[in-house]
Amino acid sequence: MAGMKTREADVRPAAVIAARPGRHEGRRRRRGGFGSTGPGELALRYALLLFVLAITVLPFLWQLSTSLKGPYEDVFAQTPSFIPLQPTLENYARVADTIPVWTYALNSVIVAVIVVGGNAVGATLAGFALARLEFRGAKLLLVLFLSTLVLPGEVTIVSQYVTVRGMGLADTLLGVALPGAIGMLNVLLMRTAFQAIPKEMDEAAVIDGATPWQRLIRLGLPNVRGMLSVITIFAFIGAWDDFLWPLIVLNDPKNFTLTVGLQYLNGTFSANPRLIAAGTMISFLPIVLLFASLQRFFFRGVAQGAIKG
Amino acid sequence: MTAPVLPAQGALRRRITPWLLVAPAALWLFVFNVWPSLNTLVLAFTNAKPLSGGHFTGLDNFGRMLDDDQLVDALLNSVVFMLVCLPVLTLLPLLLAVLVEKKIPGITFFRTAFYTPVVASAVVVALIWSWLLSDRGLVNGLAQAMGVLQGPLPFLTDRWLLVLSAITLTVWKGLGYYMIIYLSALGNVRRDLHEAAAVDGAGAVRRFWSVTVPGVRNTMLLVSVLVAVSALRVFSELFVLSNGTGGPGGRAMSLVMLIQLYSRGFYGHFGYASALSILLFVITIGPMLLLTRLSRKAA
Repeated sequence: MAGMKTREADVRPAAVIAARPGRHEGRRRRRGGFGSTGPGELALRYALLLFVLAITVLPFLWQLSTSLKGPYEDVFAQTPSFIPLQPTLENYARVADTIPVWTYALNSVIVAVIVVGGNAVGATLAGFALARLEFRGAKLLLVLFLSTLVLPGEVTIVSQYVTVRGMGLADTLLGVALPGAIGMLNVLLMRTAFQAIPKEMDEAAVIDGATPWQRLIRLGLPNVRGMLSVITIFAFIGAWDDFLWPLIVLNDPKNFTLTVGLQYLNGTFSANPRLIAAGTMISFLPIVLLFASLQRFFFRGVAQGAIKG
Repeated sequence: MTAPVLPAQGALRRRITPWLLVAPAALWLFVFNVWPSLNTLVLAFTNAKPLSGGHFTGLDNFGRMLDDDQLVDALLNSVVFMLVCLPVLTLLPLLLAVLVEKKIPGITFFRTAFYTPVVASAVVVALIWSWLLSDRGLVNGLAQAMGVLQGPLPFLTDRWLLVLSAITLTVWKGLGYYMIIYLSALGNVRRDLHEAAAVDGAGAVRRFWSVTVPGVRNTMLLVSVLVAVSALRVFSELFVLSNGTGGPGGRAMSLVMLIQLYSRGFYGHFGYASALSILLFVITIGPMLLLTRLSRKAA
């Protein structure tokens, strides 16, 4: 957890990233004013973009290529072929013989589902109460929620493990999932989202005799769907990608999550890069597909500070 | 409590409902945040271990730190890590943001592609780079085929090459993330200043330094603090690249790797691990507080 934790007050719309430069662009191009893109500049831009694209994407493609190479293709050659000569999926089957990779994937899914569910419910309820209901101790609670943000997660990770162990949850998936099941940052982000709903709407509901539950479900929820998507997506990614915490909690190889299992594979059978490559792809591809289909939420999430690193 | 039952019940419910809503999060706040923070402070003064101990030992753990060569190595690694990452990750993503700012056809694809390493797990990224940088991997292979190197460079088995490799993949993984932060800041840079500078005959480079950079100065500060904090917290990259060993003689460890090392197993020592956690807290609290202020300003 961390990174942009503290920017919860920064709720700029996605349009900041997606639309603004574009609008100016259009107006300027029509005027034919300064800095309009000439063919030379455009070519230079695309050349640079392709160069950076190669740097970012080639390592992934190289891994994908390695995962598809058969046993008779020399992956250690000094100038190996970039494209598999005889592409095969057998490494994906063989990695499952070496480590229970599908069980690990399932374990990661279980952890992610608990974390996503916990945050969607817990952060929404608390965010609403802190934003819109008055109660004793609300100020103090808010201060405590905020103050957790200055602590990098690694600082408390040891005593968090002691706590989880004390609950008898060491070496269990529940132990991995539980501490992150309600993220303090997510509570604050949801609070900010509820605060953005016009007060008058809420007051009208109060005058009509609506209970807090009715206000939350009928008025609140429809208006915070954007932020709710952001926190659930980032909760999923955070849980799926997490390494240090499950590495500390889990002991028995049959309970490993995907990240811990992959490191285990790397340590035990480092001889065959094809299998490791297949394993990394099993972990990477679902996240990439999720990212590609929901990318507008990601960029909004960064703008809002919902990132966990 | 006899006559006006209903209003009283209503009032009671009104007082209880907020607490019901906030209860789960408050429970998590105390059980998984406040309590562990306090417990870290307590454990640091004990010799608690996974299987034994728990006696008060005064300042012993902090005294042990002074004699811990591995800790000195780890702190030195962190300093190097930070000094290299700071300029690179503050400037490169800004240049990248300027490059992807202009809405030309296909730009969304490029932005998305540049962001992909950010969403990948650090473990996945480190395993990919382990393969690229291994003795018989692509980088060494191509360098030898082109005659740049006679033999393979030990990227993963030499202390400083290991640190350098971890820096490389941290930069590679972080570029897209800071790029997006800069991109939202660039939207706020005044366009008329750019145009005025262009009228005055300032070239693209000149305008970058005298208009863009001053325009995103606060964001640059924010990014550099973020980079510094994450450099001090580095773990997965070094752990996976070194296959969990921390390099030759464990000399390429980071502070968080040491905390992990002492948190369990054969080396397990909750007391010492907690003392190290307090050290991590002390060196990150300054930047973290600065971060809170900077982001409030940015918002």
